[in-house]
Amino acid sequence: MSDPQIIDRQEYNITAYTENQIGLLNRIAIIFSRRKINIESLNTSPSEIDGIHRFNIVIHETEEVVRKIAKQIEKQVEVLKVYYNTNQEVIWQEMALYKVPTDVIAEKASVERLLRENGARAVVIRKDYTVFETTGHREETDALIKVLQPYGLIEFVRSARIAIIKHSDGFNRKLREFERTEPSSEVIENEYLNSRDKVFTM
Amino acid sequence: MLTKEQPAQALREQVTTTISGAEATLRALLAEDVDTIFGYPGGAIIPIYDALYDFKEQLNHVLVRHEQGGIHAAQGFARASGRVGVVFATSGPGATNLVTGLADALIDSTPLVCITGQVFAHLLGTDAFQETDILNITTPITKWNYQITNAEEIPEVLAKAFYIARSGRPGPVLIDITKNAQQQKFEYNGYTPCNHIRSYRPKPIVRPEYIEQAAALINQAQRPFVLWGQGVILGKAEQEFKEFIEKSGIPAAWTILGAGALPTDHPLNVGMLGMHGNYGPNVLTNECDVLIAIGMRFDDRVTGRLDKYAKQAKVVHLDIDPTEIDKNVAATVPVWGDCKETLPLLTQLVDNKTHAEWRQRFEDYQTQEVAAVIQEELFPTSEELTMGEVIQQLNELTQGEAIVVTDVGQHQMVACRYARFNRSRSNITSGGLGTMGFALPAAIGAKFGAPSSTVVAVIGDGGFQMTIQELGTIMQTGVDVKIMILNNQFLGMVRQWQELFNDRRYSFVNIASPDYVTVASGYGIAGKRVTERGELQTALQEMLAHPGSFLLEVMVTKENNIFPMVPQGCSVSEIRLR
Repeated sequence: MSDPQIIDRQEYNITAYTENQIGLLNRIAIIFSRRKINIESLNTSPSEIDGIHRFNIVIHETEEVVRKIAKQIEKQVEVLKVYYNTNQEVIWQEMALYKVPTDVIAEKASVERLLRENGARAVVIRKDYTVFETTGHREETDALIKVLQPYGLIEFVRSARIAIIKHSDGFNRKLREFERTEPSSEVIENEYLNSRDKVFTM
Repeated sequence: MLTKEQPAQALREQVTTTISGAEATLRALLAEDVDTIFGYPGGAIIPIYDALYDFKEQLNHVLVRHEQGGIHAAQGFARASGRVGVVFATSGPGATNLVTGLADALIDSTPLVCITGQVFAHLLGTDAFQETDILNITTPITKWNYQITNAEEIPEVLAKAFYIARSGRPGPVLIDITKNAQQQKFEYNGYTPCNHIRSYRPKPIVRPEYIEQAAALINQAQRPFVLWGQGVILGKAEQEFKEFIEKSGIPAAWTILGAGALPTDHPLNVGMLGMHGNYGPNVLTNECDVLIAIGMRFDDRVTGRLDKYAKQAKVVHLDIDPTEIDKNVAATVPVWGDCKETLPLLTQLVDNKTHAEWRQRFEDYQTQEVAAVIQEELFPTSEELTMGEVIQQLNELTQGEAIVVTDVGQHQMVACRYARFNRSRSNITSGGLGTMGFALPAAIGAKFGAPSSTVVAVIGDGGFQMTIQELGTIMQTGVDVKIMILNNQFLGMVRQWQELFNDRRYSFVNIASPDYVTVASGYGIAGKRVTERGELQTALQEMLAHPGSFLLEVMVTKENNIFPMVPQGCSVSEIRLR
């Protein structure tokens, strides 16, 4: 019999808005490592708001685990807000670089066509090798590996995932409330408690 | 120059002067109303100790014998007084010796500010003498930590540290200050206390709809049951809690850190929860229809097997920390907030009830427990002394007014089960981490935190030897702590498990003790050893009446077990009386 917990597992995108603080990466990473959860992808970058950083973390877990982890991250002093979303709820991209021998590429016109079909573009062309780049979902960037493999793919690298939440109106508006000493009830709400579907009703 | 009477307010006023980072650190402590520090000096914190030389009048520094003793003392201070405990330690080994106490304080939500010295900033990461990466070591066991490399940061960071340590769900904060930052002179513009951090939300705004839902659930309940924890004490909501249960007439049981929030003798106090808790509260957890958890976190020692825990009940969970809600037990209604605010709102909406029949069931189980366990433990018919009767005699002499500080093991469970607590903050124990060696230093700290109270440390022969060196702190400070060693010549709780679950294979639990009375006398501490029942009461009276610290060693039954017991992996209703 299969374990329902395993069936319920899927990729979740955790988005955390944080202060730009030394040591915070460690504090957040520990939340995963103490539960023996592997981080599939982790990206940190500035956000649209000056001085506020944004973590994008991808894990493969059940919703229950992700919800608890998101709460734990949000509890950290230097974290302003955390959201978690399934892949369907976000627009996400990963970037990949592929290094192939230039002579093979030059000789085989079909490779060029395949690259065009895969939306790839050349980043560097040298005598000895050429570097292509694609951006997209995992299966898209993976597809090009398979295509290039027979032509002597020398090196491949893929970036961490970045994601933008489809339905959220973003964090920008809420931030102004966070700056205030006495925030309003609107923003102090905890998403995880609010969105619970099993709240008792008479 | 600051005088002893200088109020904290004056220190908060804007003044511009050139001072060192070390002096700024001490000024910050004074501005936060700190008067007692536990610590141990060393090379990397010498500038702060040098500045302390000039502040001896305002700041009482207690020189401990080991940094672990220092932090446990600060924990005892914080738990007894409700204030922030402060610890100083040097870099490297000084700082790493704080680790156990930090972990203990985090899991038991104890507000601490620990200040550690660090090597010069230019040496960071070079494996310099006594350098260790204390920030990364302590990240998982602090509520917040920060390293200061520039003196100018000191006032603001310390203000933040105190605010974080004491607000919301309290916890330990560690501030690491490099030696150059301690020495550096800078233009000091006064101290501004912190009351807001953009990314930190200690206290949620209470949501009335959840209060209403909780009240509706409670009002329709036939068999409601309250479980309370330390959140009631940390939220200073003892009175609000009492009003809530008295109006709603709901029987209430406590976790060990919640003990004392409601007096032991209160008619609605039905006893202790958990592995060695009382029979009725454990069995009836699986029979109540509405479970109201107040400031407690459903620790596994309380719940036993989670998949069989209160499955029949609707759960109302009041907690200030949103991560506790739904963590172990799913809440039907979450009441997120400070229970000082949420309880009065709930009290307004709940009906006046008595639940007489339901309460009777707790009493019936209590009668069974008295017959099967308590009677023999407190009034033994055998010749050997039991831990329970020692606590019982202590109760009679102190009338539940003493602060009881316990270590970890069998004596801890006995003391928590049988000691009477009339007042809040009178039960100090290591709950979540179960730290042996906690009690002696914590009792020292508790006495500094509550000088007018009698402080009795109840300690096993195992735990006492873990921090026995703190007798030196008692000797030097003259602090008045009554030390009661319940000596069963075993690491008793492990022995009990080995007896019950490992076919009596007593693997390394037989522990020899020194002559404690002689050891104490070496430190100038009076003491006595009791082996006979007839001597017990007089010895306890002598201990309590003695001016200053006193060590009383009581030889108790070697192989006595603590019952009732919920064996690990069992449901709370499978609690054993034997």
